[in-house]
Amino acid sequence: MAVSAAGDPASRRPGVARTVLSADDITRIVSRMAHQILEKTSGGAGVALLGIPTRGVPLAHRLARRVHAVEGVELPVGSLDPTMYRDDLRLRGVRPLEVTEIPDGGVDGQVVILVDDVLYSGRTVRAALDALAAYGRPRAVQLAVLVDRGHRELPIRADYVGKNMPTSRRESVAVRLREIDGADGVVILPPASAGDAPPNDGPPADGDQVTGDEAGERA
Amino acid sequence: MKRHLLSTEDLSRDDALLVLDTAERMARVAEASVRKLPTLRGRTVVNLFFEDSTRTRTSFEVAAKRLSADVINFSARGSSVSKGESLKDTAQTLEAMGADAVVCRHSASGAPHRLATWVRGSVVNAGDGTHEHPTQALLDAFTMRRRLGRVDGLAVTIVGDVLHSRVARSNVWLLTTLGASVTVVAPPTLLPLGVSSWPVEVSYDLDAVLPKSDVVMMLRVQRERMSAAFFPTEREYSRRYGLDVDRAARLADHALVMHPGPMVRGMEISSQVADSARSTVVEQVANGVSVRMAVLYLLLGGSGETT
Repeated sequence: MAVSAAGDPASRRPGVARTVLSADDITRIVSRMAHQILEKTSGGAGVALLGIPTRGVPLAHRLARRVHAVEGVELPVGSLDPTMYRDDLRLRGVRPLEVTEIPDGGVDGQVVILVDDVLYSGRTVRAALDALAAYGRPRAVQLAVLVDRGHRELPIRADYVGKNMPTSRRESVAVRLREIDGADGVVILPPASAGDAPPNDGPPADGDQVTGDEAGERA
Repeated sequence: MKRHLLSTEDLSRDDALLVLDTAERMARVAEASVRKLPTLRGRTVVNLFFEDSTRTRTSFEVAAKRLSADVINFSARGSSVSKGESLKDTAQTLEAMGADAVVCRHSASGAPHRLATWVRGSVVNAGDGTHEHPTQALLDAFTMRRRLGRVDGLAVTIVGDVLHSRVARSNVWLLTTLGASVTVVAPPTLLPLGVSSWPVEVSYDLDAVLPKSDVVMMLRVQRERMSAAFFPTEREYSRRYGLDVDRAARLADHALVMHPGPMVRGMEISSQVADSARSTVVEQVANGVSVRMAVLYLLLGGSGETT
């Protein structure tokens, strides 16, 4: 498969991990996204943030802190594990489950913003929408992602995008956050180090963001 | 996780903790307004019960249905088994019907192990003779962890008919693996011959052990498995090894009283103790569903290959 997407041409050398966002970039992006959330939701009234584990959760908390710093509103923050709603469970080994923590106010009638680190095939988000329905009926559901790397397999788009990042399917995008990984940064890992994701294996890279980061980290 | 859950003796600490952690997540599902998950849609779970059991069978059935699996109950009574069909033929029948998991209870120790060699799906031991009952031990450990915050370092006392109890055996192995220290208390006639090789302390004096226990687990006296006189009278058994209010007062304030059910009130446990705040009997039933959901998810949720 040819590398079809254009990144930063200078650093696009095969076999080398490229840092695409620095810690400062991420701080600025989160700050901008917090402002966009406030703008789009008219001050954040009735908004709840639900992070998709693992890295969506600290991102949701960061967004909530920024929103609080800007306008003084406390947005409820929780987490939503979509694993048991995935459509690719039978294609791979069993996945460990993560925490689901719905904020005390519940999700009925709220504007729920799902937060994740990377948007890729869209399958995690689809599973998260199904998972959310088990907990109630939000007034609206929006999606905030730090990185949109393209290659959607479902009609899903994000309402808030930190950074659009064209990638090849064979690369993996690793988002690192200080709460989990000790330091902030976004790195694109080349195919060679993408470990367990051989090209041309049936449904293209059946995972999305989750697979993306994990493949990278374990490489 | 292995493909089958046949005993706790060969369950590693990591796998046991994985089951408990997964069960914790499953318990949260019970708090959602929709308690059904699509996870095992299209999978078939067969409950193959050669021995009467309502609570274990129902618990597995509820667990499988919450995960959207199809459940087939196959009980020995009224089936071809009562007409003389062998276990192997039954297994082949289930295999042909495409069972993804077989939950098996059998009066013969080791029957699920044999079954596991004949079917392609996963086999879950739901109690075999006087050998093991792994999901019961897992739900007991899960209950301890939820109530006391940990299993590691707990002093657990198992009291009663250890000889005939698969619950006791499964708990001894699992709790030891998880770092608890186990004491068994029973009349000498109700201890198995090989108990000295178990990783447990043995005591014949319940009163002496109670104050040091974090958890006391009462076992039912299994009359249906008793072919001889193991103790003189029920009253004498009850007086020496039954847990009544006076005895329970010797327990530490935080200590739990557990019972795998069904209880014989007035025999091994008095009604007041069974219904007291330290009794976890009802919680154990609810936790049983969460733990069995976890086991079915871990065995059937993936592609069957471990990653």
